[in-house]
Amino acid sequence: MIGADAIVKCLEEEGVEYVFGYPGVAICPFYNSILESDIKTILIRTEQNAAHAASGLARVSGKVGVCAVTSGPGATNVITGIATAFADSIPLICITGQVNSELIGSDVFQEADITGAVESFVKYSYLIKDVNEIPRVFKEAFYIANSGRRGPVLIDVPIDIQKAALKKFVYPENVNLRTYKPTVRGHAVQIKKVIGELAKAKRPIICAGGGVLLSGAEGQLRAFAEKYSIPVVSTMMGIGVMPTKHPMYYGMVGNNGKPCANRAMNESDLLIMVGARVADRAVSQPDLITENKVLVHIDVDPAEIGKNVGPAIPLVGDAKHIFEDIVKEEFTCEHDAWIETLNRYRDTMGKKRNPDPAYVDPAEFIRLLSEKMDDNAVYAADVGQNQIWSCSYHIVKNGRFLTTGGMGTMGYSIPAAMGAKLACPDRQVVAVCGDGSFQMSMMELATMRQFHVPVKIIVLKNNYLGMVREYQHYNYKDHYSVVDLSGSPDLEKLAMAYDMKFMRLFNMENAETAIAEFLSQDESVLLECIIDPMDLV
Amino acid sequence: MKKIYSVLVENRSGVLCKVAGLFSRRSYNIDSLAVGETDDPAVSCMTIVSSGDERTIEQIEKQLNKKLDVIKVKTFDEAASVSRELMLIKVKYNKGNRRDIMETCEIMKADIVDMSRNLMIIQICDVPEKTALMIKMLQSISVVEVARTGTLALPKCIETE
Repeated sequence: MIGADAIVKCLEEEGVEYVFGYPGVAICPFYNSILESDIKTILIRTEQNAAHAASGLARVSGKVGVCAVTSGPGATNVITGIATAFADSIPLICITGQVNSELIGSDVFQEADITGAVESFVKYSYLIKDVNEIPRVFKEAFYIANSGRRGPVLIDVPIDIQKAALKKFVYPENVNLRTYKPTVRGHAVQIKKVIGELAKAKRPIICAGGGVLLSGAEGQLRAFAEKYSIPVVSTMMGIGVMPTKHPMYYGMVGNNGKPCANRAMNESDLLIMVGARVADRAVSQPDLITENKVLVHIDVDPAEIGKNVGPAIPLVGDAKHIFEDIVKEEFTCEHDAWIETLNRYRDTMGKKRNPDPAYVDPAEFIRLLSEKMDDNAVYAADVGQNQIWSCSYHIVKNGRFLTTGGMGTMGYSIPAAMGAKLACPDRQVVAVCGDGSFQMSMMELATMRQFHVPVKIIVLKNNYLGMVREYQHYNYKDHYSVVDLSGSPDLEKLAMAYDMKFMRLFNMENAETAIAEFLSQDESVLLECIIDPMDLV
Repeated sequence: MKKIYSVLVENRSGVLCKVAGLFSRRSYNIDSLAVGETDDPAVSCMTIVSSGDERTIEQIEKQLNKKLDVIKVKTFDEAASVSRELMLIKVKYNKGNRRDIMETCEIMKADIVDMSRNLMIIQICDVPEKTALMIKMLQSISVVEVARTGTLALPKCIETE
């Protein structure tokens, strides 16, 4: 057995089903060995999307996503995808080929110091120097990626190591890392303090972030919120912790969030932040969330607690375990008046829009679309105005909402949707992007076609980089610079080139029937919606 | 606020870069940094002196603890530690100031460890304030070059029962 066989064997041991990637000489031994395995390979059309696709797969399956690319440009191209997964705490393993061990450092063809380059975007990285290390390194890497605060791990494997003979393959049963022991269970004393505050609180609220979804704690959160009738708001990454229409859910917070959600958070007297970083998009003024209220901050990463805001009660641990522990406690609390107030805010504080009937109204369109989507459908939102509309108007039932709230990488939705579709072929998967973000990933239409990944794509077309144009509208008095997207391809012809069904919607007149037809297709469909170029989120 | 971090790390290649990179990436100050092997050759000790407000100080410790190559972080105040810095100073001298230099060395408990007809190297090992003072004292005489280790520190011995 050689190193490359050992890598494949490790992936089999970890139950990996798909590897997304792009070959090159330095990773060829691996791609040669994987032919003998049942693991399926997906040839992505640019390396960045290999990481995004692995991210989509990881998010819906709870497993670690895997991608494998070659050295040099292959490795540097994947960095944006790795950084995106890092910002969003998504578990990934990225295998990179590397030049011959003896040549490292001599700037030979397609050599890049990838472990050095990704240092600040990975949870950990390895450069394998001995073929016999492969089983231990992979065992550790999978454990690191998918425990504690999830994140990407990169493994750089020189080509000679991939070709070298292994003495004996033994996949370790356990991981023994003296420097890495994440705290999962919450501290009993801190939990007692939280219970104490909950019993006193008149206006409690939970703000749930992506960490709740990453720990699979949606059920526990819901049980907790329902048992003690505590209202819930979420960050962008937390969308989907509860169904949008759940009576205890009040929407997304932040500068693009629901006014009623922000008001609820500001007026609370007890704020339980869980699995959220308190970053600027969700909480533009961290001082406000500690003013006149008790802040409880729950996170599996101790460094997140106190980074952006100093909480009264820090509680380190995994959301799932903590809610399980809290929900066992018996205490009485009474906040009917608070809930009545919030319900009034929810009913009266809606955003008013005046859509031009000559175009598709993205708000109404997304609402209609999500109503018609399957109960457990996966909705992948891209980045731009489309992301804000998706966050504001998509109705999550019991499905998933995927977007990159941390890094905000354009072009995320199509590859992420592909990964999600491969992980759950029975679920409906829809990617919604703008014409800017679509063009950042449109090369993947070929991948979808080649590997029969029937993702449904919606392009909200306004011929602008809408989010930047909107920013320039507010901050530069409509002095538009480098945001005009004219020159974009005719999407109908593009769809034809990829053998894809194409639909186009000019206004809301036939929207309902068009959406029904769009969703009923078994194959991939591209639906272009012409929206008002001057529309604002 | 000044803090000393005594960071035990896995003695592997690239670890210094990861720890130093953490400081630059999050724009934390490094006042000084000294690295060396401990009694266990698999473990190195980095002594980092940094400064910042209370939140920064706490974040530095948490972020260091997050690094998978970091085994243990001890944070302590200068006052609660024994700290030393070794410094070598090369100065130009002449007949007129030779005695002055030697007297300064005597007062500062520094040694002259190498000499030529017009240059000498002075060695001082003391707390960082003293080594800084030594440079100041010698500045008027023309300092040619200086090499210093950065602060090394250990928490003071406290009687344990």
